[in-house]
Amino acid sequence: MLSLAKTITTDVLVVGGGGAGLRSAIAACETNPKLKVTLLSKVYPMRSHTVAAEGGAAAVTQAHDSLQAHFDDTVSGSDWLADQSVVDYFVKHAFDELVQLEHWGCPWSRQPSGDVQVRRFGGMKTERTWFAADKTGFHILHTLFQTSLKYSGIQRLDEYFLLDLLVHEQRCYGVLAIDIASGDLVQIQAASVILATGGAGRLYQFNTNGGIVTGDGMALAYRHGVALRDMEFVQYHPTGLPGSGILITEACRGEGGILLNKDGYRYLQDYGLGPETPPGQPQNKTMELGPRDKLSQAFWHEQQQGRTIQHPQGEVVHLDLRHLGQRYLLERLPFICELAKAYVNVDPVKSPIPIRPAVHYTMGGILTDANCATSIRGLYAVGECASVGLHGANRLGSNSLTELLVFGKVAGREAARLASEPSQPAADSLLSTLTTQALAPLQQLHNSQGSERWQPLRQQLAASMEQGCGIYRSEAGLKETLTCLAQLKQRYQQLRLGDSGKAFNTDLLHALELGFGLDVAEAMCQAALERKESRGAHQRQEPGLTNRNDQDFLRHSLAFYQTRPGARIEWQAVDTSLSPPAERLYGGQRPRGQSSAGQQPTDNPPKESR
Amino acid sequence: MPTTEIRLQRYRPEQDNAPHWQDFRVEYDDSTSVLDALEQIKAEQDSSVSYRWSCRMAICGSCGVMVDGVPKLGCKTFLRDYPKGLTLAPLSHFPIEKDLIVDMSRFLAHLSAIKPYLIAEAAPKGKPYRQTPAQLARYKQFSNCINCGLCYSACPQFGLKPDFLGPAAIALAHRYNLDSRDQGKSERMAQLNSDNGVWGCTFVGYCSTVCPKGVDPAAAVNQGKIASTLDGVIQWFKPGKETSK
Ligand SMILES: Cc1cc2nc3c(=O)[nH]c(=O)nc-3n(C[C@H](O)[C@H](O)[C@H](O)COP(=O)(O)OP(=O)(O)OC[C@H]3O[C@@H](n4cnc5c(N)ncnc54)[C@H](O)[C@@H]3O)c2cc1C
Ligand code: SF4
Ligand code: FES
Repeated sequence: MLSLAKTITTDVLVVGGGGAGLRSAIAACETNPKLKVTLLSKVYPMRSHTVAAEGGAAAVTQAHDSLQAHFDDTVSGSDWLADQSVVDYFVKHAFDELVQLEHWGCPWSRQPSGDVQVRRFGGMKTERTWFAADKTGFHILHTLFQTSLKYSGIQRLDEYFLLDLLVHEQRCYGVLAIDIASGDLVQIQAASVILATGGAGRLYQFNTNGGIVTGDGMALAYRHGVALRDMEFVQYHPTGLPGSGILITEACRGEGGILLNKDGYRYLQDYGLGPETPPGQPQNKTMELGPRDKLSQAFWHEQQQGRTIQHPQGEVVHLDLRHLGQRYLLERLPFICELAKAYVNVDPVKSPIPIRPAVHYTMGGILTDANCATSIRGLYAVGECASVGLHGANRLGSNSLTELLVFGKVAGREAARLASEPSQPAADSLLSTLTTQALAPLQQLHNSQGSERWQPLRQQLAASMEQGCGIYRSEAGLKETLTCLAQLKQRYQQLRLGDSGKAFNTDLLHALELGFGLDVAEAMCQAALERKESRGAHQRQEPGLTNRNDQDFLRHSLAFYQTRPGARIEWQAVDTSLSPPAERLYGGQRPRGQSSAGQQPTDNPPKESR
Repeated sequence: MPTTEIRLQRYRPEQDNAPHWQDFRVEYDDSTSVLDALEQIKAEQDSSVSYRWSCRMAICGSCGVMVDGVPKLGCKTFLRDYPKGLTLAPLSHFPIEKDLIVDMSRFLAHLSAIKPYLIAEAAPKGKPYRQTPAQLARYKQFSNCINCGLCYSACPQFGLKPDFLGPAAIALAHRYNLDSRDQGKSERMAQLNSDNGVWGCTFVGYCSTVCPKGVDPAAAVNQGKIASTLDGVIQWFKPGKETSK
């Protein structure tokens, strides 16, 4: 029989030591220095996947840029599925947060004058992306982690695995966790809990995510009745390495890299992203700097037409950086040079890098309001695991690192506020009932006499998601994947562990992560099935569904957990109070009905041409 | 696919009295990393084998192991370079928790001890500090540490004296000391000057050889020695038994 080894009591519990978790822990301390803030993470904070972000973080910085422009880019990038007051708040607070990080020591790249340097980024009309060479996430994460050491109010529980939330009648009382080193079960009581557990990219076969990005927090909130919003929107990054999926940052294209098919042709001009720009002279929102979804879709079409290149690890196209020259590459993209050499044995100075689309980012997540609060009192969510309403159907690169900071601060502040109010602690009897319930799945895994192993199940999950819920979707494909998921869930019941020890039982942790992943995958597929239109990262293949359909689907999907297979989907209105929906246009495209003679649009859709 | 032999040091605290070796045969190609090989072993041969990893792209710092006795990142070491097979053991000089997993708490304590954050009176209001590329370049290299701990496994001093702050912590202190925005040097110097600080180093330099990120902690230690010698007030506290450079 499993039993608790210890109980910890705290005021604010932050689950997740990535950018979002660290930023919210610091904000909670600053809001009320008297509070006990506990930061729990299944890996040491600086191992969190924020560390892998390369490109940069966006905020309006230059005099000729404007908040309106950042707003417009984000809203049109989201294919009008972002909540506009949230976007408005975000763009207004972005700059201050990046400055805050600068004051904490982040080594942002600089201009000769000593001012912060900004770079171009896909889907952004103006240069507004701050960067620290090509290791922006790494520097942000280490700056936050090191700064967090200054706050004596923050107590860390490194290498603790969140097992379940303790929720009763829409109120969260804390969590149950495994101390990974000892295997001990620990109950943590908290007045407020912030989930900052990151995305779920590992549900797919080819992805740019680290092994820990398995959707744990999403699944737990979901199982306790919180909706997962907009889960059908999964961003493919157009440039991952074949095989591993390791990311080759968009900044390569921002700096002037070009994409070539097997004929050495810059195929993006055939997909509404032209006119062709001279190599090494990138133009915002055009060609290689078009948005990610369009670029990944273009790859898919090229592959269908047989114009991709065969590589030992699958079909690829080429990312050519050679014209940028060795000096520039080593100064601006040193990490990319290192990665390409190590993982595909290519020196970008001398040869083009083979690349293919890979799953990168989950736009959807745990539904929160603009204050990062979920429908459960005392439970907050922030960062990639959350859906605060910023990204809609497609996230713009470099908006999410800033999101971690802007909304991390909000989440920490709100959680601290709640924890500062007097409240009734849960009765011991209630906590012990909740704990017993939470232990049931673990008990079952330990006692199982089944014969299934998690590894093949996880492989089948990833392959099936790639197959049925990938760049292009169809009813038949989605239904097939949903059937597969239902079967995998059945087989999961027969799972048997290969490690019966307690200390560092990674076999057990991977099995639990797989269980979380199966639930999240189901929410994604069900929402994708019921969104019978194409918008942003969600593209349906069936005739009649290949376009955006605002009449029926200018709405968020909300997926609710149910014990029988599949999720229950509801729809929620989108906040379009500031900018009515218009077409998403890139490259030299003009809004429909507007002659090329340069007539100005009359309403206020963003002017995106050029 | 060719195969090769991996000798893996095993230790399961609940059942083993001491570490012992176990052999595994794995398939590999041109791109198979040590981490990939471990994944293969865990998936197909023995799922109780334990090790840390996450990013698999040499940036999260989780996967340090001894490969044939040399500290390396498992995700950035390739089987193609070991055609005759290899041995894998946990990082030296750290207590073993299980298999390839070591206890990193002392490493973290050392990092925290040197106050690795900007210490400054008042930042410019609502705007960034100015810092020229040249000022950035002074400390940039030392800010690239991924906290993998390889340099501690390479450091004979840390092996003998675990209280020695060690290469990465000293490099990190140096990183902030060199930052044009920082005024906290004097607060850090006490640590750096102590018996467990820069003067604990006998300048073997192996730390910089094994560093996968070109941080060159040995240079930081050495520059730290010069800084502390030049710093009159601090010099006073300097322990007398300076070791060879
Ligand atoms: C390769 C790559 C490059 C990127 N580049 C950019 C970029 O240039 N610009 C940009 O804006 N965005 C970029 N992104 C996106 C952005 O980096 C991520 O969205 C963001 O870092 C996520 O941060 P997070 O704090 O929400 O989660 P993470 O950093 O993933 O942290 C999640 C935390 O939760 C913890 N956790 C999870 N589950 C559990 C559990 N069960 N128990 C305990 N702890 C748990 C983990 O240990 C971890 O500490 C990139 C993403 C990738 C993958
Ligand atoms: S200095 Fe180098 S070897 Fe040492 S911890 Fe940092 S990155 Fe690793
Ligand atoms: S797995 Fe992250 S450094 Fe190797």
